Amino acid sequence: MHIVVCIKQVPDSAQIRVHPVTNTIMRQGVPAIVNPYDLFALEEALRLKDKFGGKVTMLCMGPPQAEDALKKCISFGADDAVLVTDRSFAGADTLATSYALAAAIRQIGKEQKVDIVFTGKQTIDGDTAQVGPGIAKRLGLQLLTYVSRIADLDLEKDTITVERRAEGGVQVLQTAVPCLITMLEGTNEMRFAPLENMIHAARYPVRKWNKEAAGIEDVTKIGLKGSPTVVSKVFGPTPRAEKALMQSVEDATPRDVSLNVIQKIFTQHPTLERDILAKASV
Amino acid sequence: MSDAEVKKPAARGGRNLELPEHLKAYKGVWVFIEHDRGEAHSVSWELLGEGRKLADTLGVSLSGVIMGGPDEPLDAIAKEAYSFGAEACYIVRDPVLKGYRNEPFTKGMTDLVNKYQPEIVLLGATTMGRDLAGSVATTLATGLTADCTELRIDPATRALAATRPTFGGSLLCTIMTLAYRPQMATVRPRVMRMPDSDTSRSGTVIEDSLGMIETDIVTKLLDFIADENSNKVNLAYADIIVSGGKGLKTPDNFKLIWDLAKVLGAEVGATRPVVQSGWVDAERQVGQTGKTVRPKLYIAAGISGAIQHRVGMEGADVIVAINTDANAPIFDFAHHGIVGNAMQVLPVLTDTFREHIALRSRKAA
Ligand SMILES: Cc1cc2nc3c(=O)[nH]c(=O)nc-3n(C[C@H](O)[C@H](O)[C@H](O)COP(=O)(O)OP(=O)(O)OC[C@H]3O[C@@H](n4cnc5c(N)ncnc54)[C@H](O)[C@@H]3O)c2cc1C
Ligand SMILES: Cc1cc2nc3c(=O)[nH]c(=O)nc-3n(C[C@H](O)[C@H](O)[C@H](O)COP(=O)(O)OP(=O)(O)OC[C@H]3O[C@@H](n4cnc5c(N)ncnc54)[C@H](O)[C@@H]3O)c2cc1C
Repeated sequence: MHIVVCIKQVPDSAQIRVHPVTNTIMRQGVPAIVNPYDLFALEEALRLKDKFGGKVTMLCMGPPQAEDALKKCISFGADDAVLVTDRSFAGADTLATSYALAAAIRQIGKEQKVDIVFTGKQTIDGDTAQVGPGIAKRLGLQLLTYVSRIADLDLEKDTITVERRAEGGVQVLQTAVPCLITMLEGTNEMRFAPLENMIHAARYPVRKWNKEAAGIEDVTKIGLKGSPTVVSKVFGPTPRAEKALMQSVEDATPRDVSLNVIQKIFTQHPTLERDILAKASV
Repeated sequence: MSDAEVKKPAARGGRNLELPEHLKAYKGVWVFIEHDRGEAHSVSWELLGEGRKLADTLGVSLSGVIMGGPDEPLDAIAKEAYSFGAEACYIVRDPVLKGYRNEPFTKGMTDLVNKYQPEIVLLGATTMGRDLAGSVATTLATGLTADCTELRIDPATRALAATRPTFGGSLLCTIMTLAYRPQMATVRPRVMRMPDSDTSRSGTVIEDSLGMIETDIVTKLLDFIADENSNKVNLAYADIIVSGGKGLKTPDNFKLIWDLAKVLGAEVGATRPVVQSGWVDAERQVGQTGKTVRPKLYIAAGISGAIQHRVGMEGADVIVAINTDANAPIFDFAHHGIVGNAMQVLPVLTDTFREHIALRSRKAA
């Protein structure tokens, strides 16, 4: 069995700061990490490999430094890694990204047929959850989004049964492989990388493909040129004009403060009091 | 802060930003009406409210798209759509459309768009809407903007200017699809206000067929396991929410939040660190990576008001915050601030509310 896992390298958003005056993102010194959602996809792929054997190939589109993210995945137990990197990919929106990744997966499939493609649910930077469905449509793969559990995989019959998170419940879906799965977060726990894997990963020759190697047929469909969406403006949120009406328990008793707040909100919002009276259990 | 970094869309990198002649025929605003077990998802009505404003600005019509099985109440849903402002509904009724599956829904939506050519298509950013939107936009090769918090028409280009938060809400960006049609966008539930319903309004039905049979479809829906109602937390649609943060210090103190919520008939919310510490279930997390809420009253105790929390709750009509730190960011956007120890204030506030309610109920009786 051959599984391709797509990962994105993202800035560690916990450490992102926005410049208060220029409203630009201060990236200097912010470490880049594997998109945390993608680790659930990788772990699920590794579990399938543990059970059925086969090979896990990592795929990332990004700048040359994204090699580090791929090496990290090798240390967890992935077998091979491809970095699709070319200046002409810069500025891609989700449509152009899925075009490039789909082309690369076709190339990977020429080396060994691909059975399952995994992506994360979404990224923490672009945060659109659009790339997975995009790749599936371009490759004509069955699409299984928000998968919380792989219930069954039958490689004889080429069928797979999964549980998919839907609004108000869980769908149990059965489909044929090859398929594309976007894995829900919190569904598994990433294993530890043993020391020998880390050494192996550090030395691993990640394969770097430019647009020709990635099999891009139409250069008008990649990068900024191939992106229908245009970012027209970036700005900071508007602060609210007035600050909160403040009271402190240093100046009054908690009781007085409470009475005061309740009186104020109910005078200003009479319907709120009615709603509360209607359903409150005293 | 004002619009500091205003970039006029320019034809960078040889990309064409003019709408080609053949796409100028695309007219009208569409909303995908999501429904499940006979009931439409409220996000669809919220989108009709926004869609109405866009359609009025453009001087075009607003329509709903409803797909489902022959035994589902699609006509009743269409009626409801008219009451929220749609002038027409495109209905595709087919046995294979019972229960959401990507393949038939993508075909249904894509075929309708190609045939009737709307300029704007809006979908809810739900597990269904996101699955469908990403597939349809790729098939149609057009632009899709995710999780928008504001939709407007740019007067210069008459294009949809869709604004979305980025980097956890610390910045906003406005995205446009200039040279492709339709322009697609998704919006999370509760981000937009629910429009008023007027049941005297009516509209036209346009029926269309799917042209697909069950054997064409590879993916089968074997079962649907509904969430148990007992654990179902409807935070997004709660009118009153009492939320607690890390300032409460212990899971035991967090019980004070439940006590107040009980008196008010409210739902309980929490910040991410509280969820991560296991004090409450993940479904109760409010914020960027949790739920967006729009209650009439939001009481926040021991919550600092980080931007990732704020983006999920600043749509509340009234925000009351309790925090020991008079400079906590939450006081910048709360309406009423109580500077004090939540462990001391919450029990008293709960008692005072209880007495007030008892008094008023007696008066009303
Ligand atoms: C702030 C911001 C807002 C944006 N808004 C939009 C928008 O509204 N519409 C739009 O079309 N584009 C948007 N973009 C551009 C978009 O982020 C890029 O196209 C990006 O390459 C992929 O999208 P994503 O990060 O949203 O990924 P998602 O669609 O959220 O990613 C889903 C999964 O796809 C895989 N994946 C994603 N990117 C890669 C990659 N480079 N290499 C390998 N696997 C990958 C991962 O497994 C990931 O978990 C935005 C970018 C930013 C920074
Ligand atoms: C990618 C990303 C996504 C995130 N998504 C979310 C999200 O969806 N939702 C979310 O909430 N957070 C989210 N966060 C986390 C967010 O940045 C904040 O860390 C979090 O909201 C802070 O939670 P808090 O207010 O409970 O805790 P703290 O920030 O620790 O604040 C505790 C507050 O309690 C006050 N306090 C202390 N003692 C008392 C007392 N006795 N009585 C009253 N007040 C007291 C303190 O003054 C302080 O203001 C996200 C972060 C990242 C990086």
